Amino acid sequence: MNEEAVRRMKENPRYQELVSKRSRFGWILTAVMMLVYYGYIMIIAFDKELLAIKLGDGVMTLGIPVGIGIIIFTVILTGIYVRRANGEFDEMTEELVKEVK
Amino acid sequence: MTRQHKLLGALALASFSGLAFAAGALDGPAEKQPLNITAIAMFIAFVIFTMGITKWAAKKTTSASDFYTAGGGITGFQNGLAIAGDYMSAASFLGISAAVFLNGYDGLIYSIGFLVGWPVIMFLMAERLRNLGKFTFADVASYRLGQTPIRTLAASGTLVVVAFYLIAQMVGAGQLIKLLFGLDYWIAVVLVGGLMMMYVLFGGMLATTWVQIIKAVLLLCGATFMSIMVLWAFDFSPEALFAKATEVHTKGETIMSPGNFITDPISAISFGMALMFGTAGLPHVLMRFFTVPNAKEARKSVFWATTWIGYFYVLTFIIGFGAIVLVGTNASFTEGGALVSEGGKLIGGNNMAAIHLASAVGGNVFLGFISAVAFATILAVVAGLTLSGASAVAHDLYASVICKGNPPAGAELRVSRVTTVILGIVAVILGIAFEKQNIAFMVSLAFAIAASANFPVLFMSVLWKGTTTRGAFIGGFIGLITAVVLTILSKSIWVDIFHNAEAIFPYKSPALFSVTAGFLGIWLFSLLDSSAQAAREKLAYDAQEVRSETGIGAAAASEH
Repeated sequence: MNEEAVRRMKENPRYQELVSKRSRFGWILTAVMMLVYYGYIMIIAFDKELLAIKLGDGVMTLGIPVGIGIIIFTVILTGIYVRRANGEFDEMTEELVKEVK
Repeated sequence: MTRQHKLLGALALASFSGLAFAAGALDGPAEKQPLNITAIAMFIAFVIFTMGITKWAAKKTTSASDFYTAGGGITGFQNGLAIAGDYMSAASFLGISAAVFLNGYDGLIYSIGFLVGWPVIMFLMAERLRNLGKFTFADVASYRLGQTPIRTLAASGTLVVVAFYLIAQMVGAGQLIKLLFGLDYWIAVVLVGGLMMMYVLFGGMLATTWVQIIKAVLLLCGATFMSIMVLWAFDFSPEALFAKATEVHTKGETIMSPGNFITDPISAISFGMALMFGTAGLPHVLMRFFTVPNAKEARKSVFWATTWIGYFYVLTFIIGFGAIVLVGTNASFTEGGALVSEGGKLIGGNNMAAIHLASAVGGNVFLGFISAVAFATILAVVAGLTLSGASAVAHDLYASVICKGNPPAGAELRVSRVTTVILGIVAVILGIAFEKQNIAFMVSLAFAIAASANFPVLFMSVLWKGTTTRGAFIGGFIGLITAVVLTILSKSIWVDIFHNAEAIFPYKSPALFSVTAGFLGIWLFSLLDSSAQAAREKLAYDAQEVRSETGIGAAAASEH
């Protein structure tokens, strides 16, 4: 791409929309993941007992579903990003690429 | 050493080695076992099959692009499995299940730490990497910056990480194979080195990826089978499994909640950062993003990788608890026949818990299968590492720095093959030389450098317009030096190797400090850089941004 094409793309409102939407989405999900993970680590560092709370009459503790839950949550979060990025965002990208050609 | 200390030691070892096989599974001397014929037969079958794949891949590997990135023709799903294969190493399989076997819940905390880096790589890096890069992560970092300094820095970062990892792998491989197959240490090391060279040399990235995929599928199937057999023994009631486990485990109900794995918050955060950012700075993992045709497939790869890795960690948790009940209460798996609950010791050490469980639920044939898969795992990871080292030398140093981007036709591929042979031989020699050494620090160093030098340079050059060559170069080295110095001052070298009484750097990982130093260095020295070159580099950011966001101009990278 030459300088002129780059400048035109940067000024294209649809390009600006794509970049701002996608990076905002990416940063929000990153923040959510950090919050969940470091929240979990901080609970363990400061209040272990919370995760040792019994669920029901057996030996099952709160920590087990929380831990397994974070694993599942992580997978779902990546799934959410891929769904939107490979759908909505990629459609926007394709249109932009067509405009250039 | 108390049991508690042993676990912490094992976790600290394993904590940095999950990506690839390393010292984690090999705490303590490995006793040579009697020759395991079933395991060897299964392993030979695996080798013959993968050699067939290598032969097929060799026909398709004719250009440098084929060699480094399989011509960009791997699908997202396949690449996801291959990435998962890099992650599901023998160390994470044996190490995590051993951690669960020993301490229950703490093993889960550890595996979660390994998983959460993936979404972050996906959200911020994956598509930009794919859109900007061609063969190596240095392509991305040096996209608009000075080729010679940035590629030299990136290639050094790659080679140091690869070298430390390879040594750890080779030593780990030798000891594990001695244990599982009853082969001599040096035979095992030469075998791994030789086979790995065949895959990489002839089959390039295509063969390396398929070996990784096959191994990942075998490991997932094996671990699934073990978990189902464990749950089946308890009528598929997790509660019943946990109840029995707390009943027979010496630690009782404390295995159901966090123990002493995380005590001080600074270590916890630092450790988490090392895992998260180290993953995003590992050259052999980053390289996998260039094997898919476009950003869409790159995202799919990360999704599948996260899915399989997450699934695998749930399995290792079940396997660990299964081992508490089915291995811990069976005297035939312990030395001298004393039960684990009565202070007995597992044959081959605690890291063999999963291997013994394989025998408990599937008999000798399944034991052979799991042992063969563990060997295959090491081979696949070592092949990926070597390939990434070879690409740093041939593509970054030879073609881009020495030949200024214009190597003679065919020369780059030749140089990568020669480098592969050299790396293979060096790995075997060092593997034998380090047999009796404590190699755990090498992996932690590799991780710290990946997180503190490679990652900040990559991240800042892609996402911050103001990054200049001088800033990235100085900042990258500040990150690297901080990581190395703090690792030397930490327990794993200062106390364990230099035998000082107390570690000067008290935390489990330097990442919190060294990653911050790397980022600050890049930021500050870029800001202070008012050269004409810096101005040009800032101007060039727009073109880089457009390509990284839209992929325009990137398609050519995967076509040949």
